[in-house]
Amino acid sequence: MYKKRFDGRAFNELRPISAKAGIIKRADGSAMFKIGDTIAYAAVYGPRDLYPKFLKDPEKGILRCNYNMMPFSGSGDRVRPGPSRRSRELSLVIEKALLPVVDLSDFPNSVVDVFIEYPQTDAGSRCAGICAAAMALADAGIAMKDLVVAVSVGRVDDQLVVDLNYDEEAYEDGPVADIPVAMIPSTGEISLLQMDGEVSKEDLLRAIGMMKEVAGKIYDVQKAALKEKYTKGE
Amino acid sequence: MSQLLVQEKEIVVPGETIAEGMDYIPSKGMYRSGEQVKSAHVGLVYIEGKVLKLVPLSGRYLPKRGDSVIAKVTDITMNGWIMDINSAYSAMLPLKDATPEYVEKGADLTKYFTFGDLVFCKISNVTSQNLVDLSLRGPGLRKLNGGRALKIAPSKVPRLVGKQGSMVSMIKKYTQCQIIVGQNGLVWLQGEPEQELLTIDTIRLVEQRSHLSGLTDYISNYLAEKCGPLSDEQHNEQVNDDVQETI
Amino acid sequence: MHNDVKQHAQKFLQKGLRLDGRTLLDYRSVVVEYGAANGAEGSARVKIGDTEVIVGIKMSVEKPYPDTPDAGCLMVGAELLPLSNPEFESGPPSIDSIELARVVDRGIRESKAVDMKALCITPGEKVWNISVDICPINDDGNLFDAASLGTLVALKDTKLPTYDGKSVDYHTKTSQALPLQKEPIEVTVHKIGKYFIVDPTTEEEGLVDARLTVATMEDGTLCALQKGGNHTVTLQDVETMIDIATAKAHELRKAL
Repeated sequence: MYKKRFDGRAFNELRPISAKAGIIKRADGSAMFKIGDTIAYAAVYGPRDLYPKFLKDPEKGILRCNYNMMPFSGSGDRVRPGPSRRSRELSLVIEKALLPVVDLSDFPNSVVDVFIEYPQTDAGSRCAGICAAAMALADAGIAMKDLVVAVSVGRVDDQLVVDLNYDEEAYEDGPVADIPVAMIPSTGEISLLQMDGEVSKEDLLRAIGMMKEVAGKIYDVQKAALKEKYTKGE
Repeated sequence: MSQLLVQEKEIVVPGETIAEGMDYIPSKGMYRSGEQVKSAHVGLVYIEGKVLKLVPLSGRYLPKRGDSVIAKVTDITMNGWIMDINSAYSAMLPLKDATPEYVEKGADLTKYFTFGDLVFCKISNVTSQNLVDLSLRGPGLRKLNGGRALKIAPSKVPRLVGKQGSMVSMIKKYTQCQIIVGQNGLVWLQGEPEQELLTIDTIRLVEQRSHLSGLTDYISNYLAEKCGPLSDEQHNEQVNDDVQETI
Repeated sequence: MHNDVKQHAQKFLQKGLRLDGRTLLDYRSVVVEYGAANGAEGSARVKIGDTEVIVGIKMSVEKPYPDTPDAGCLMVGAELLPLSNPEFESGPPSIDSIELARVVDRGIRESKAVDMKALCITPGEKVWNISVDICPINDDGNLFDAASLGTLVALKDTKLPTYDGKSVDYHTKTSQALPLQKEPIEVTVHKIGKYFIVDPTTEEEGLVDARLTVATMEDGTLCALQKGGNHTVTLQDVETMIDIATAKAHELRKAL
């Protein structure tokens, strides 16, 4: 029985969140998103000229995401620098999570590059990356119908929880399911859904329902951070 | 019952609802979702009766026919120059639109413009695929010798130029620097080092405060404090440039 | 580099000014933060103006090199992250990142900043290995000095994890710091025409004819050098550049 969360949170409670836009001056847009001990930095470059040429789409610009953990950002051994099968898959799903809100029809044949880096992680890195990337895209002035919010939900033993941390993902006394979800806040549409672990269909749907309830809180943090950058007149 | 959810000059972010109801008319940078008008950019909202306008606060330059831009030579071909215009697309300056002279086939084009040269040109054409043609036919269009180029957010260009070029003329009068503003977010300037640095500081201030009211007064006070008030002579001086008219 | 830009910069330098308004030997403001990544055994964030670098250190237990069976190992890596500069590309380490890592490595190694012998657990079998990773967040020039300063701070920030003779427990740090004996500081002096500057922005880096990175210790002893850039320097230049670097290192030391 998982009666009380390791870090004392309520089952539907997010870890503390903070965010900041415009943290990387060289980039066309950038943002930091922190949830618990997971920190994601995202930088957007573009729309810019795309190479190799055969990737060009004459109807719209393309979006290209790159997920990378700094070598010292894991919870255990050093992570070897450079792409791995894991980081490439995460790059792909992050890209698909963001694509539905992004409108690059004004920029045919070009590319928008999103680079996501993590100095430290404590579970939920792909979701934090999506939150940071959505802000960075908005900061870069890319036309978007909405931001994207993302957080993991899941099951620890017999309990449904929001925003699993590393200790919960590693819970050993019962089954665990980790379900990263990305959502378009204004419509509730889902743009990222993965799961590993064991869960019943009913619990899965209930867990996603819990995600929907906290989505607004994440959106508010993103929105406030973007507005703060531009209100301050910097 | 239609209802506005934001105030004039309020900052909105993508997905934020600006108004509800069918009476309000969205324009570029917004979209309608059911009854709601939503923003597609980080931008400032302007309300003109029932028409809602959005001025994005960031974003790369999108080439537009008729714009005057500062371009940099990146390559030379048989019949013209490939230019970087600070956008997602490079542009072509064809030989025939670059000089009225007759140039023989195979001539050395670096005599006119060479790699890295900055040229103030006009966009003569943009295709649906954003292939961009440039031209030097027009008043004030020319190669920019010396000086340096500064990047600003393309969305802030109108504020830096000011009404009929008032802002940029004012900065020129105080700092005695040559300033040319390209609509692609590049600003070329040349002057005495101290004056040029002051010009850059001033441009950065304009950029930072572009959405605040009283910008012109603020900048003129700032410059007067740094340079002392303008003499009558300076005040009446016709700023020697044709750029403002071309923008 | 385009001639006009270079001439324009020279006009400034003649007046003792830089393109951003600084004087020639003026460093931008330096901010040093201990501990920027909680998964690392030691880490640092260094900001020099708009340039920002995070350095992290992972400790592991490895077999020593056969020629130094009783000494720990040091490995310095740098990745020029495409996040930090539009000109950096993803992919295998570029030659610039390799040079950066090796120059930082040399300063630490040759100063004997860390007592490597004290990192031996069982001679010939088990020693502590220090992996330093340099990650630029925003590159607005002078990554060399920022990375080397970040590395020193991260080394100072490091606490060994628990090791029970079999495996490392990364979740339980000990209070044991690295055996630091020296604090080398690298300062790179750049030559543009006949002028010397420190702490260039990326704009200025494009104008540099030659550079010299000088690592000095507290007592002013030099422990590593790297001359870069396409132009030569005279012996007199070297002397001037070392003097500048030594004086600046002294200033930077106060930021630690």
